[in-house]
Amino acid sequence: MHELGIAASILESVEKEAERHPGAHISKVGVKIGELCGVDGDALQFGFEVLVKDTELEPLALELEYIPRMQRCSKCAYAFRMTEFDPRCPLCGEFATECISGEELDIAYMEVDE
Amino acid sequence: MNRIAVEKKVLNENQILAEQLRERYRQNGVLCVNLISAPGSGKTALLERTLERMDKSERVAVLTGDLQTENDARRLAKFGFPVKQITTGGTCHLDAKMIGRHLEDWKLEDLDLLIVENVGNLVCPSSYDLGEDAKIVLLSTSEGEDKPLKYPSIFFKSELMVLTKIDLLPYVPFSADLARENARRVHPGMEIIDVSSTTGEGLERWMEWLQARQQKAHAKQQAAI
Repeated sequence: MHELGIAASILESVEKEAERHPGAHISKVGVKIGELCGVDGDALQFGFEVLVKDTELEPLALELEYIPRMQRCSKCAYAFRMTEFDPRCPLCGEFATECISGEELDIAYMEVDE
Repeated sequence: MNRIAVEKKVLNENQILAEQLRERYRQNGVLCVNLISAPGSGKTALLERTLERMDKSERVAVLTGDLQTENDARRLAKFGFPVKQITTGGTCHLDAKMIGRHLEDWKLEDLDLLIVENVGNLVCPSSYDLGEDAKIVLLSTSEGEDKPLKYPSIFFKSELMVLTKIDLLPYVPFSADLARENARRVHPGMEIIDVSSTTGEGLERWMEWLQARQQKAHAKQQAAI
């Protein structure tokens, strides 16, 4: 349960960005969370709301984009969504496939009301 | 309304500090490993056996994290190497800032190996880069074989899995094969070493792994000079 700390880190970034837009209000922040990043979206949303409530950051929404784990085959280069922890390439059966997404814990964008 | 692209890591501040630590380790030829497991999987026991096997001339130090108590540092200090406890208060993981702060009065040029024993937790430590060369996850035979499937993040990010307490295999309903298979489903090709800190079985392979990685760290330092 470290989502509250993650939420606090997101808010630090929002505050930093807000300093660059004096007189404007940041109303939304978009965050990508990968399947492998170990962060629970609901807990993050909850922690975020708790931290924002009754502060001058209100109203501020958090929009989460879930990024699935994708693998790329080392043999035929086919990219596929990994499900049920089966890393084998569904096209050619190759076992050696490489993870190309799903580790994200990134701030994607912010919306500023000028 | 104006949408601005940010594209940066949420844990950007931690990441910056972690990269600084990584650079300092590289410059000083220090191998840093980050040991992660559930509470009670045998991190401290493995470290006791590790330090016990090391020659007094070896330049190794340990940072050990817990929410409370200095118990682990006391257990590990017996072997004569520098050990420091990081008590996090309530925080469920170590972060790069805590590591940096506790390294302040140690000279990295006097070290070859820095072992970080993270707080017992399979979830949160996986999100925080500590600048380590490798994360190592421990799984004990008294847990479930499906831990890698339940906590994929840490098994995916760890280079090595140490299967601990293998002396208990005759007494527990645990299939080591299934545990290894599950780990490799999450992390294809993952290295796995079986050990018992009680009987000493497998510890030689673990020590060899550490040594091989230390040589690699030295080679990296030489290459940079």
